[in-house]
Amino acid sequence: MPLRAKVASSVSRTAGALSRAAGRGDGSVIGGWIGLKIDPDLLAHLSNGRAIALVSGTNGKTTTTRLCAAAVGVLGRVATNSFGANMPTGHTSALARAGSTPYAVLEVDEHYLAQVLEATEPHVVALLNLSRDQLDRAKEVAMMAQLWRAALIRHPQVRVVANADDPMVVWAATPPADPARGVHPPHVTWFSAGQRWHDDSWVCPECGSTIQRSGEQWWCSGCPLRRPEPQWTVEDDGVIDPTGAWHKVTLQLPGKVNVGNAATALAVAAEFGVRPVDAVSRLGSVTSVAGRYAQVDRDGRNIRLLLAKNPASWLEAFDMADVAPTLLSINARDPDGLDTSWLFDVDFSPLRGRQVLITGDRAYDLAVRLDVNDVPFQHVRDFDDAVRAVPPGRLEVIANYTAFQDIRAELDRVN
Amino acid sequence: MSTESLRIVWIYPDLLSTYGDRGNALILARRAQRRGMPVEVLEVRSDQRLPATADIYLIGGGEDGPQALGAQRLLADGGLHRAVAQGSVVFGVCAGYQLLGTSFFAKGTRCAGLELLDISSDRGPTRAVGELAGEVDPRLGLPPLSGFENHGGRTHLGPGVAPLARVTAGVGNDGATEGAWRGKLLGTYSHGPALARNPALADLLLRWATGIHQLPPLDDTWADRMRNERRAAVAAAARP
Repeated sequence: MPLRAKVASSVSRTAGALSRAAGRGDGSVIGGWIGLKIDPDLLAHLSNGRAIALVSGTNGKTTTTRLCAAAVGVLGRVATNSFGANMPTGHTSALARAGSTPYAVLEVDEHYLAQVLEATEPHVVALLNLSRDQLDRAKEVAMMAQLWRAALIRHPQVRVVANADDPMVVWAATPPADPARGVHPPHVTWFSAGQRWHDDSWVCPECGSTIQRSGEQWWCSGCPLRRPEPQWTVEDDGVIDPTGAWHKVTLQLPGKVNVGNAATALAVAAEFGVRPVDAVSRLGSVTSVAGRYAQVDRDGRNIRLLLAKNPASWLEAFDMADVAPTLLSINARDPDGLDTSWLFDVDFSPLRGRQVLITGDRAYDLAVRLDVNDVPFQHVRDFDDAVRAVPPGRLEVIANYTAFQDIRAELDRVN
Repeated sequence: MSTESLRIVWIYPDLLSTYGDRGNALILARRAQRRGMPVEVLEVRSDQRLPATADIYLIGGGEDGPQALGAQRLLADGGLHRAVAQGSVVFGVCAGYQLLGTSFFAKGTRCAGLELLDISSDRGPTRAVGELAGEVDPRLGLPPLSGFENHGGRTHLGPGVAPLARVTAGVGNDGATEGAWRGKLLGTYSHGPALARNPALADLLLRWATGIHQLPPLDDTWADRMRNERRAAVAAAARP
């Protein structure tokens, strides 16, 4: 590593430690920010000599990254940005902090995938899904798929692990070969992790025709784009690998969606030569992830935190949550997106029959939504009032990003 | 009303449903049902024929490609034009508002609209993203418009329409006016579930559709609180 990069890396580590010690945060961004100021190529330097996997998509990337890191860990030490700091500053901090490791698994914000592909030259990139998310600041889904596709064309050597169930992902991962211009599509391994949310992929990104669906199959009515045959699939509480062997997956994380994330992790690890039979037991070591799924006992209540940031992830959260009193908290600050329109893309009817409490900066937007959804609710001022309003036992908390962080802070930044 | 129940058609949810557009159909249906009106909501996909006999047609927002495709299919189908000729109500939001006009820009080219409203849209210098508020045309007798806008278009109004509102926050058509209406056709840049933010506007569409001038009032406690909270937030943001 050049001297400048060494200095930058060292300063970055120190700044991260100072930030944590000062109680200013996880220190997962500030260190990288300072390091990149000193050496703009620091991320590339820190990536050198490591076999890297990137994990990107709208939903599930933090958890899948943690599962991938556990699976790849069979081979040796793995650097990872496990606090969900998923932009280049976060990657730089994570690699600087980890020191020299043979492997790294990095969660990447979908907008930064092209840039991070360029800087880290990964061995594998996992593409999970693309759905509507904070439209006031994020790219629309078709545009994002286009950016991914263009980035992959520039990196034909990367091995892609991609979700066969998401038409936008499949299209992004399969640019047509154009040998005359030196365009070779990357090698893709397909997994099927299921997709509950279909509302962003009714229109073919290739030709604009309608996407048809039947069971798990989907196909374009106007061009050859269709669901590829996945090599990795989920069956019951296990994962079937490309040889057809079924591996039981025992997770400490709730919901079918996380079995799908486990399938993705095993597929990514396999690209490094890890056998699923060796990796699968390690997945059970993953508990909560940056507070997601964390459980805290307070005043006789067992509080479980579920993060739901956009319509697709709310559907998954309802599937994971127990039938128990449920607090919903909604903010619309910058990291959440300022627009709460998406509340009407979520069907809250699974909550009928549960005691529902609402809070957050934008609780009234949620109230209007629940009212029209025929879900009775009670508005509470804050988290403490919610805890007092429910009987002893489980309290499920489903919140979007900053609302989740607020509650996590009340619970002493539980991980 | 056309039949014994109020028929609401949500046009092409497969193409034009970007962010909570379903909310408008839900709000209209619920506000009608709570007054004892039987309601039927039809979601008509872009590969289906559009029935011409519904009372209210809703068109939502969309990305460029789906917007252009939606306009083409509506022109080829002709059902919406027949419905308008028969006096149906049309409510268009964002991309759905633009395509009611004579032309709009999508994917860098000018596309033919439905020519149901005397408006034309092109690209503005910047994307308009944020809270949108305005004083509604007094002839409509509505409280201030409240919404969120997210669009790159600028819309020019011809003499055949009136602006829906005078902008007090945000951009709308051009920074001065917002939306447009003529007869029983109304469009706005207040995107997604605009009728959730503006229950009085929902009731206006119901009055147009049913011919009932006095609808029984509903309990709008939560909507009122939301509107007050938004008004305060917009006012706070405007303070230097």
